Amino acid sequence: MANNVHTGNVHSGNIPDERPPSNTVGPVAWLRNNLFNTWYNALLTILIAWLLFKAIPPLLDWLIFSANSFGTPPQVCRQEGGACWTFVSEKLRFVMFGTFPYDEQWRPLITIVIIIALVLASCDRRFWKPWLALVWIAGLTAVGVLMWGGVLGLTYVENTLWGGLPLTLMLSVVGLSVAFPASVLLALGRRSQLPAIRVISVTYIELIRGVPLISLLFMASVMFPLFLPTGVNFDKLLRAQIAFIMFAAAYMAEAIRGGLQAIPKGQYEAADALGLNYWQAMGKIILPQALAISIPPLVNTFISFFKDTSLVIIIGLYDLLGTAKAALSDPAWRGFYREAYLFIGVIYWVFCFSMSKYSQKLERDLRRGHRR
Amino acid sequence: MTMTQTAGAARSFPQGEPIIQCQGVHKWYGEFHVLKNIDLSVAKGERIVICGPSGSGKSTMIRCLNRLEEHQKGSIIVDGIELTGNLKNIELVRREVGMVFQHFNLFPHLTVLENCTLAPIWVRKKPKAEAEEMAMRYLKRVRIAEQAHKYPGQLSGGQQQRVAIARSLCMSPKVMLFDEPTSALDPEMVKEVLDVMIGLAEDGMTMLCVTHEMGFAKSVADRVIFMDRGEIVEQNTPNEFFNSPQSDRTKLFLSQILNH
Repeated sequence: MANNVHTGNVHSGNIPDERPPSNTVGPVAWLRNNLFNTWYNALLTILIAWLLFKAIPPLLDWLIFSANSFGTPPQVCRQEGGACWTFVSEKLRFVMFGTFPYDEQWRPLITIVIIIALVLASCDRRFWKPWLALVWIAGLTAVGVLMWGGVLGLTYVENTLWGGLPLTLMLSVVGLSVAFPASVLLALGRRSQLPAIRVISVTYIELIRGVPLISLLFMASVMFPLFLPTGVNFDKLLRAQIAFIMFAAAYMAEAIRGGLQAIPKGQYEAADALGLNYWQAMGKIILPQALAISIPPLVNTFISFFKDTSLVIIIGLYDLLGTAKAALSDPAWRGFYREAYLFIGVIYWVFCFSMSKYSQKLERDLRRGHRR
Repeated sequence: MTMTQTAGAARSFPQGEPIIQCQGVHKWYGEFHVLKNIDLSVAKGERIVICGPSGSGKSTMIRCLNRLEEHQKGSIIVDGIELTGNLKNIELVRREVGMVFQHFNLFPHLTVLENCTLAPIWVRKKPKAEAEEMAMRYLKRVRIAEQAHKYPGQLSGGQQQRVAIARSLCMSPKVMLFDEPTSALDPEMVKEVLDVMIGLAEDGMTMLCVTHEMGFAKSVADRVIFMDRGEIVEQNTPNEFFNSPQSDRTKLFLSQILNH
């Protein structure tokens, strides 16, 4: 019996700290605890190690060691077998800017820079002020001027010639920034006390959510013109943009509704009891909390929506994925699809991963505000 | 029944200019009759404690006074404005009637100071600096000024409830409603909240307080109202109420809460 563990005794508290047993810390213990703790985990570990051993060296070989550097002609690439990065350098401008007139491609380049700058600025919470809306309007006006031209000495470029990354960015950024406020209104409408507003919101959301995005795009591009009087022509890009906005708004509205439902009734009552009107209560009390809760599902929608812009290819618009496919149809470069898809895959991944990382940071910042 | 009504009329309340007048108020939740023929008149500066068993309609009654609950029959006039479906009137009444909830209901995404300045800035249209100055004054008064820049989640229950009281006071209300303000608190925090409420009462604030704190009722109330099954059974000065309750239901209730 140890002499210090009797009930009723006061512990003096001077037992010195000891090192843990050596078989519970260090890399060997880690391996044993995480990779070889049971016989089936040990088996899985060995199996996966073998697969990695088989897969990684050839992949690295193709990607780097046997790869043909920029400038190697395609014929040489075909014989050598490694990745042919000439495809990327050769087709870079076409993949990025599509059929935009070659000498004017600095315009879509600046467009990309403006849009990314606008998005980055909007990520900083210090800039979440009313004037940010004005900055956006100014930025998007500049984008419109650059892309269309026809003023300030810029030659006019029809929007059927637009393509590549600017198209992807415009469709998704404009789409999301219009769809987001619309979705907030839809979510509030779905929970409204007024039956007419509630019925309209529910019908809209359920109708749009129940239809595949592709069919909505087809309707926008093929069916919609049938309802217009002859001679009236609505821009195809605009129609696709509207279809995207309608679709994204319905999805995001449901994400936000989830957040609204998580706000305790007491918050609504406290806002009411202070004499705040409906819009003040929503704008100052309910939505800031509900939107913070909705960040994970909202970002999920943002990311999938960003990638779904590639569906516009079915109505004949060439976004980033579309231009990459078109580049592959060049007879001289046929067959380099691995390089093409890897390249645009990386571009998509960079954008989506940044969105994900930013949303995690935002969640952390907002949570730091009100620890519970 | 006749007995209890005479008991209620034993003294005529109130004795000053009324700020709240309820006449024949009824309320139903679906089929359930929660409030039955409530007649209540509250004078300016009067301090009223409302007690009664749970489910007796006490909370529902005071929540009708700022229309968090809607009554279906009878009339409620607060500060000269009748509460009807008219949203503008409801907002006007709510500006003048502060409310403190059982679960505090502070806004967790705003600091203590922002909780206090929000309504004065947006509802009373006060300049920010003025609203903050007033908020600090009331936060000092509830002895929590040093926490002004913390978030509610970082405070104890008693501290949160004191902030909630300060938040209501920042609207300079004419009436304060307290809906079981100490029921959700740990026992050692009840006193700090009651002290603030006693201070308010001493300053002449018109107060209606649903509470089980009978000590509070005895020391500050001008009138105690006993409710049971949706009706006002008895009302009297605390002295009369506790020493010579009239109705059997009141006697039973008092014996249950006082004898332990």
